[in-house]
Amino acid sequence: MKTALINDDPTPLLQRLNWQDWLYALALVGGAIFAFRQYGSYMDAYETGFLFGFALAFSWLGWQWKPVRLLIVGIAAISLFSISMYHGDQARATQSFLLKFLISSQSAIMWMNVLFVMAMVTYWLATFSRSEFAGKVATSLTWSAVLMGFVGLVVRWYESYLIAPDVGHIPVSNLYEVFILFCLITALLYLYYEARYATRQLGGFVLVVVNAAVGFILWYTFDRHANEIQPLVPALQSYWMKIHVPANFIGYGSFSLAAMVGSAYLLSERGILASRLPALDVLEDLMYKSIAIGFAFFTIATILGAMWAAEAWGGYWSWDPKETWALIVWLNYAAWLHLRMIKGLRGPMLAWWALIGLLVTSFAFLGVNMFLSGLHSYGTL
Amino acid sequence: MRFAVSLLTVLGIASIIGTVLKQNEPYANYVVEFGQFWFNFFEMLGLYDVYHSVWFLAILVFLVASTSLCIYRNSPLMLRELRAFREHATEHSLRSFSHQQEYQPAHGADETTQRLSQFLTARGFRFKTVSHRDGSQLIAAKAGSYQRLGYIFTHAAIVIICIGGLIDGNVPFKVQELLGYKKVETLDIPASEVPKISRMSTANLSFRANMTLPEGNSANVAFMRIRDGYLVQELPFSIALKQFRIEHYATGQPKSFESDIVINDPDLKQPLTHTISVNHPLIYKGIAIYQSSFEDGGSTMDFNVWGLFSSRKEPLNLHGTILQKSQIGQGAEALIIEFNDFRLFNIINLTPDGKGKPRNVGPSVTFKVRDAAGQAHEYINYMQPLLLGGHAYFVSGVRSTQQEDFHYLRIPADEDFLTQGFMGLRATLFDRPSYAEIAHRLSIKALAERAPDAAMQQKFEESVIKLLKGFASGGYSKVADMIEKAVPQAEREKAAQTYIKIISNATLEAYNLSLERAGKKPVVADETTQAFIQDSLNAISDLYFYDSPFYLQMTNYVHHQASGLQLTRSPGKNLVYAGSILLVLGIFSMIYIRERRIWLLVKPSSVLFAMSANRKNRDLDIEFNRYREQLERLLHLRK
Repeated sequence: MKTALINDDPTPLLQRLNWQDWLYALALVGGAIFAFRQYGSYMDAYETGFLFGFALAFSWLGWQWKPVRLLIVGIAAISLFSISMYHGDQARATQSFLLKFLISSQSAIMWMNVLFVMAMVTYWLATFSRSEFAGKVATSLTWSAVLMGFVGLVVRWYESYLIAPDVGHIPVSNLYEVFILFCLITALLYLYYEARYATRQLGGFVLVVVNAAVGFILWYTFDRHANEIQPLVPALQSYWMKIHVPANFIGYGSFSLAAMVGSAYLLSERGILASRLPALDVLEDLMYKSIAIGFAFFTIATILGAMWAAEAWGGYWSWDPKETWALIVWLNYAAWLHLRMIKGLRGPMLAWWALIGLLVTSFAFLGVNMFLSGLHSYGTL
Repeated sequence: MRFAVSLLTVLGIASIIGTVLKQNEPYANYVVEFGQFWFNFFEMLGLYDVYHSVWFLAILVFLVASTSLCIYRNSPLMLRELRAFREHATEHSLRSFSHQQEYQPAHGADETTQRLSQFLTARGFRFKTVSHRDGSQLIAAKAGSYQRLGYIFTHAAIVIICIGGLIDGNVPFKVQELLGYKKVETLDIPASEVPKISRMSTANLSFRANMTLPEGNSANVAFMRIRDGYLVQELPFSIALKQFRIEHYATGQPKSFESDIVINDPDLKQPLTHTISVNHPLIYKGIAIYQSSFEDGGSTMDFNVWGLFSSRKEPLNLHGTILQKSQIGQGAEALIIEFNDFRLFNIINLTPDGKGKPRNVGPSVTFKVRDAAGQAHEYINYMQPLLLGGHAYFVSGVRSTQQEDFHYLRIPADEDFLTQGFMGLRATLFDRPSYAEIAHRLSIKALAERAPDAAMQQKFEESVIKLLKGFASGGYSKVADMIEKAVPQAEREKAAQTYIKIISNATLEAYNLSLERAGKKPVVADETTQAFIQDSLNAISDLYFYDSPFYLQMTNYVHHQASGLQLTRSPGKNLVYAGSILLVLGIFSMIYIRERRIWLLVKPSSVLFAMSANRKNRDLDIEFNRYREQLERLLHLRK
């Protein structure tokens, strides 16, 4: 009788894994062990925990969402190859052909920019021509952009140590670096939902906000030379930075994603592009899921920020403009979720709200740095 | 509920005001910014410290109360829902569900119920079975009930975090102030003279205070800035600063700020020595000691005081200490120098287009010069000459108010990178008896190629002397005045060119004369010399806008630093962190645990499947459809 039921019963995760999953996890843990044997003497308990935690967390993530395996392996392979070409000399970034045009940190980031622009154009092409093939190409382009972006960041991390050992730091410390992070996280979140909801029609919308960030990166690079690696000011020399900043950007990325889905919802609701976009309830659901995950991570990021502030500024909450605006963003989305979950609100109002929420979020992210002063002034324009 | 939401909205708006209006500035700045009327109005509203104003704290208290009430009212219901299986649902009510399906099972009732319970268990549902009198059985199942805890967790978390925050805010002081037990001190007096009414004892539950500790000093009180005054916070121990250090990266940016401190406490067998730095505070007796800032702790400096409008060649000497005053001159002429700050490093970008690398240009001092009438100007003087456009200058900035930018006097450095060259020239140019000699030397050179003509020579020399006198009494603008008075408009430009040329040539003669008198070799009129003469003339012309008869040239210093420490006692912190953990747990369970219920009414000839969730969304539709198909396969399959 058991056999009669087995087909429909959910299988536990571990039984669903195939040999590639195990190989991938093994490679991650093996890599971590190798890194630990090589550099363990320079690492403190926190960093050791982080190294192995990373291996486990990304094994799990790769098992849940298979394309991540290829992404991680690709990032590792290309980054290591790029790093090996430096021969410990930063000047090689502009001398070696492969580095200069392809995989030095700066070139990889430029490739990321180009690929994101191409991906957006292709997504729109796919939407208008209803071409499945163009859609697949757009997805591949987005994955490639994410790959190049991460390679750029990893190699940049290495490059910072080439400047001087005491200058080296994880590249999430200034506006330039976090903008790259923002592009990558937003794109990754989108790719996840793309696969989950089996729809490519939203790519064009989401990549608009990603490409706005790309535009900013380009301006920031060519006009302000912000791509130069700067050493960390004392307040940023903390392990909290490594978790506070990425957690925050999962929040920002999700909120942006939700806003773009919201705009698609509003268009579709008015009959514009309606036949080319997913059904309204799918858009609605995606918007909710995106804000929900963003809210969860934004909460964690704000709490981590408070813990860091307690260590660096002498108090977990100082009503610094950035903190206050984080609170306002939090309250905004808390109200959004509250109305949807508790009051059961649905429809265009939530979409408008998600879209306007992006303005509030952008102000918290950028506007505070531009217009208000305070303790949190690491990313001034 | 509505009340809480309106409170949150007001809180949000108030918070925005607090970010737009700079908080806790000195009150004088607000008066300048808004004018007296609006200043008073905003002060009344407490906008200069929104987050500690009575009304803001009152909103927080109301929020806590209202949320607590919410929890009190809803929790029992939530917990009941969490436990309940709703096994009393009637067939009638199940049939009115939007998600329902009826099957004709292929098996007997026992087999069917067995299969159904297996189905539910495999999907994480817990269930309860009730048999009805008519022989039917109702299986009431549920999953994800802990979502209900999410509600309680998040709301409790908000209450806990707010209470923690209120404990650590200055609520105790606010209460004591309202009752008249405490008062903010507004006078600038030594800490030991501050009366008891403005002192907080060591028993103060929570505080956030600052102290500035010069190297080699110790203190057992800290200050809390409140509105336009302060309170003194007594500490249960004393802190001494042994040394404050700044380390720099190779590029010049600061890398670390560190203080070696010693804690002296009768409870300790021996003093506790510790080094604190940014991100690495010391916690002692529940008080966290942070590295928060640094400033000058009384550096001492020696100066050459150059009289700018005098014919004196040699400078006077002056000794100064930061945060102290020195005096130059006597009686009505006396000037008070108030030394404000000494900086050992100044990282400045001096490249012409601003795109090059900033570099350290060495020490600087800022001071105010106050005359007998109380009028003051603020100055910043760099010790070493700065390279600007290929030439070296001793730079001194001046401004009359804090809001202005500095405008700079650039004194050209001589060949030896000293001020002596310029100062010798300046002394000669302000020395009227020397004018005849300068004019004579110039006339010999200028008229050398002409036939000797005593009358013409005299006339030339007279006009040179006149020009020198004019220039020495007001710079270029004085010369411009002279031209305006004496020359018809059409010829003014030509005259100006001639005059400037004469002044410039006379200045070269004056320079050589000053060198000669100092026993040095004269210079030839090459490009470097011309640039030096031109820069000197510009500098002298600018002296009339420098607002000080002296230039203070720093010649020596002893750097003495002070560390800015922040001391906090925040017993509410643990509450806030506990609340935060609860908040995260609550949010994740609210979002990612989905409460779903399934009812299966098993009758001899039919099975009714109904499903619901407390939140109707797409996930429910998808899951219902999946289960519906699976149940169909399950109930129709034969053994």
